[in-house]
Amino acid sequence: MTELIDFLLVSIALVAVGIYGIVVKRNAIRMLISIEIIANAANLNLVAFSRYTGNVQGQVFALFSIAIAAAEVAIGLGLVVIAYRLYKEIDVAEFRSMRG
Amino acid sequence: MVDPVFVGLAVLTVGSAIIALETRELIYGAIGLAISMLGIAGFFLLLDAPFVAMFQIAVYVGAVAVLIIFTVMLVRTQALFSIKEDKGRKAGGIVLMLFIMVGAGVVLLASGLNSTDSFAAPAVDFVAIGEEMLTYYSPALIVLGLTLAGSIIAALALARREDVEQENDRVN
Repeated sequence: MTELIDFLLVSIALVAVGIYGIVVKRNAIRMLISIEIIANAANLNLVAFSRYTGNVQGQVFALFSIAIAAAEVAIGLGLVVIAYRLYKEIDVAEFRSMRG
Repeated sequence: MVDPVFVGLAVLTVGSAIIALETRELIYGAIGLAISMLGIAGFFLLLDAPFVAMFQIAVYVGAVAVLIIFTVMLVRTQALFSIKEDKGRKAGGIVLMLFIMVGAGVVLLASGLNSTDSFAAPAVDFVAIGEEMLTYYSPALIVLGLTLAGSIIAALALARREDVEQENDRVN
């Protein structure tokens, strides 16, 4: 029988993998993938605690979070396409001239 | 007693998340992300949340992963293959990842949450989710809809190419 703590451990593993991706990868699309992995770990936590306490708010919040993540990816990928058009590159280290 | 379905899903989810970040071709990375999201949806099913699981599959596997695949196809392949990460940064990232895993894991195991029979509360009915969304959370739902519409319009505006449009106007 699985317990709450098992889901939380999987969630920690996913957050750690996502942070590794953000720190190491210089590719803008891979960084977006890392952000999605972290967001999913958060959703897993929300639903696991919703099941643990038996209230509905956790699941409602997870639904909102999934929808917001979809909007975020749409904007992020739009920015990647623009940056590629300007710099012919999707390496974030090359976007230096964006500095103010 | 450990549930084999849970262990399988955990290996699938975390493994394909690592594959999504480490595979050489970005298109396989997007597919790895989709499989990882499917694993999360499986966890939602294990947690008696079928509505959230279906939403997760529809939005993440159906929309986000496909969107990433299309963007990968739009971007020139040569830019995708240029891997410019130094070894020191990668080693530091792995150390940071292990530090977070072990540190947060130890904190969690020491927190006293490791009770048995933690899912004794009755499962949430998805009818209750609909009621909450359309009563107490209805303003948030409307704001969410406006946010999604705004973000799609913004993405369209970002992706617009003025030079191509001017070229077309000139030809016409």
